Amino acid sequence: MSASSTAEVPFAPKTKVGRITDFVDERVGGSGILREFGRKVFPDHWSFMFGEVALYSFVILLMSGTFLTFFFDPSMAETHYSGSYTPLTNVEMSVAYSSSLNISFDIRGGLFFRQVHHWAALLFVASLGVHMLRVFFTGAFRKPREMNWVVGGVLLILAMAEGFTGYSLPDDLLSGNGLRIIDGVIKSIPVIGTYISFFLFGGEFPGTAIIGRLYVLHILLVPAMILLMIVIHLFMVVVHKHTQYPGPGRNDGNVVGYPLGPVYAAKAGGFFFIVFGVVALMAAMFTINPIWNYGPYDPSPVSAGTQPDWYIGFVDGALRLMPGVVNDFHFEYIIFGHVLTLNVLLPALVPAGIIFTVLFMYPWIERWITKDNREHHVLDRPRNAPTRTAIGVAGFTWYCVMWAAAGSDLIATHFHVALNDVTYWLRTLFFLGPIIAFMVAKRVALALQRKDREIALHGRETGRIVRLPHGEFIEVHAPLDDYKHYKLVGFESPVPLPAEPNEHGVVTPKEKRRAALSKWFFEDRVAPATPAELEAAHGHGHHEAIESGEEHKSLSH
Amino acid sequence: MGNHSDGSPNHSGTVATAGQNVVEKFQDPGLPPHRLRLADTDPRAAKRAERQVAILFGISVVGTVIFLVSYFAIDLGQDSTIATIRTQNLLLGLGTAFAMLGIGTGIVHWAKALMPDHEVSEERHAIRTEEDRQAAVRIVEDIVEETGIKRRPLIRNTLLGAVALAPLPALAVFGDLGPRPDDKLAHTMWAPQDGKLKRLTRDPDGTPIKASDVTIGSAFHVIPEGLNELQEGKLSAKAKAVVLLMRLNPDDLTISKGRENWSYNGIVAYSKICTHVGCPVALYEQQTHHLLCPCHQSTFDLTKECKVVFGPASRPLPQLPIAVDAEGYLVATSDFKEPVGPSYWERDEHERLINS
Repeated sequence: MSASSTAEVPFAPKTKVGRITDFVDERVGGSGILREFGRKVFPDHWSFMFGEVALYSFVILLMSGTFLTFFFDPSMAETHYSGSYTPLTNVEMSVAYSSSLNISFDIRGGLFFRQVHHWAALLFVASLGVHMLRVFFTGAFRKPREMNWVVGGVLLILAMAEGFTGYSLPDDLLSGNGLRIIDGVIKSIPVIGTYISFFLFGGEFPGTAIIGRLYVLHILLVPAMILLMIVIHLFMVVVHKHTQYPGPGRNDGNVVGYPLGPVYAAKAGGFFFIVFGVVALMAAMFTINPIWNYGPYDPSPVSAGTQPDWYIGFVDGALRLMPGVVNDFHFEYIIFGHVLTLNVLLPALVPAGIIFTVLFMYPWIERWITKDNREHHVLDRPRNAPTRTAIGVAGFTWYCVMWAAAGSDLIATHFHVALNDVTYWLRTLFFLGPIIAFMVAKRVALALQRKDREIALHGRETGRIVRLPHGEFIEVHAPLDDYKHYKLVGFESPVPLPAEPNEHGVVTPKEKRRAALSKWFFEDRVAPATPAELEAAHGHGHHEAIESGEEHKSLSH
Repeated sequence: MGNHSDGSPNHSGTVATAGQNVVEKFQDPGLPPHRLRLADTDPRAAKRAERQVAILFGISVVGTVIFLVSYFAIDLGQDSTIATIRTQNLLLGLGTAFAMLGIGTGIVHWAKALMPDHEVSEERHAIRTEEDRQAAVRIVEDIVEETGIKRRPLIRNTLLGAVALAPLPALAVFGDLGPRPDDKLAHTMWAPQDGKLKRLTRDPDGTPIKASDVTIGSAFHVIPEGLNELQEGKLSAKAKAVVLLMRLNPDDLTISKGRENWSYNGIVAYSKICTHVGCPVALYEQQTHHLLCPCHQSTFDLTKECKVVFGPASRPLPQLPIAVDAEGYLVATSDFKEPVGPSYWERDEHERLINS
């Protein structure tokens, strides 16, 4: 790098920016990194912004959370409130709750920061979820990104843990009842449940230790893990480069988009401020978690219509849907003198367990079924992978049924229907919903593919009705330009892959199962239009001649 | 059909799409031609966009000023009301929102309208070269080989054993996170103390309840006498001991064998802690004699000794045996005859312990 050895003139930057860049580079040697990243190409699409929203919400959470820690005291010692919110004056409460009230009422901007923090937390988990849906439906989890999909799943779980621990900290009545439900679920765990409960709460529920412990998890351990996972996640994004949507000029061998500097960096950087601005707007105008209305935690009262934060809803809903007694069968029964609480254990663990197991394993399941070991950098349009799309919609529907069940009482009161009926319907939908959703989603995807094929072969409808000399009316179809056309035909439509013998010439039962799944996956398919078909479509009648004649006419106007 | 390679150079042999190669496909027309924006061709439009960006940044400055003014000008003194706090929250939030949105939309508008918008195409490189890939596998194999771990099972097995056991202390050090449960969940404050029966008192003020105060159809939230005077563990004691007291027409009650003396003139007391996951069963439907838990809607029929009639709970609410003392106050004649609250692994054992 040094120019001292020869007589040639050393490189000297001419501008001020150049001199600063050179100064830093000569000392830390960042030029290689800058060459790699300064102009790195990022594909652009609105659906790629969900991950960004999640990242930016997390940054907002770190900033607002740090502010809150300066004023929050996680002690569960008893105190009598003496702050400026008069309805609670002299009420006995924990120091944690009292300091949360002080943040809300006696510290300038405290309420704003609390609301920013809570809204950003809700947005964080939501954008993570939507981002994962985008990744799933577009097939972005396929090789080489399977491991990054898993990291994303871990992030989702960590985000929910972070959210729940934070939700519990103010020690208000609502969150206290939430903790009590967690305690009840923990106690239902066979053999060790009672011990875990006592160890977590430092004795009997609620004890005096839990808030302090959750606080340490919430501000230290879990955020550190989230940060680590985000670093791994983004590192892998850099290694893989971003995926891109299919279209003309885009293939698995290239990446088309804007260079990082300046356009992409400006858009992404600007977007951070927009996310922050929107969160600030929500915090300014919409009250979230008004803890002063709930009062301090007390094991006796509870308010009707209690709801957890939205991301815990699906577990709470599953708890509500499970019947405790069916006919005369009690789901809580005694086995060898010990109690097995299936009416709590099953709904708390099984649906979440299934969702996350399938979520984590899905890339490998699909790879096994399709035997597709290629690298994919071009996304699938969801319609072009009908079975995968249907699986995703079925899972999402299942989740939503459970989530809706968490508000069964509010559904009943708002729509003036019987609470029991709401529960019965949701129980039915719990089983039937995913199946119906699967079938509908698959048919919709196939129908959209057929529509694409129709447009690719016959052009788009112009709405122009033309009367032919012999009296027939036709609608003129205009052909697409090459680029739009390619978007509709440039995809793969795999066919089922029959069972193949292994190296010993044997078709194993496992291979047969794979072949059966492959058939289920790919037997309903709409093939992309081919040039030969387009040729045939154009040659099939005189419409096309008229059509092109019309086109020429309109051009000559 | 069968295992054909579709001929793509990216493939390492395995095939996803048998038959794909047979069909002729459309050629990729390549990137669409770049379309110029108004600001690229018309200097006036570019100037206009420049001004718009500047205005957006200006809005941000206004937002920052709004924030600072509302922070310092609005005083949260002793005489401040909720309305003051709400106003300040609104202004601080709007200030921040304008400050952030101004910068954000300004930058994005700048990028979209004025920065070069040529989409460029970059080659993707393989994550690693074929050479590296083979070398990596070989290096790992060599390392494993040089340790000799495969050839020396004694070393391998003792190491596995040691590593498997080593984390145990890390688990053990959490042993003092909490006390052992023992039979703490089996008892509540209602057990008579030194032969003196505990009075039923009102939640939260702790005044005792006379049987004559309990009219038909009424319901009381009840805590045991002395709970409010506890110095330590008040909430934990309360979490198990809270009770609902109701009076029904005695004819409506179905009373099972052994519980004949647990109620008084149609006055019955049941644990308020749901047997599902422990929420307070706080809703009493007077007309239907149902108790409803607002958390998960478990419903208990008061006339049938709180049998579960709907929802996820599987077990009736435990009944507290009550009577009336010499002064006419309601008292608990004993502790609950079973553990209260959600079920746990040792619960049946504890129930047998209580009744032995």
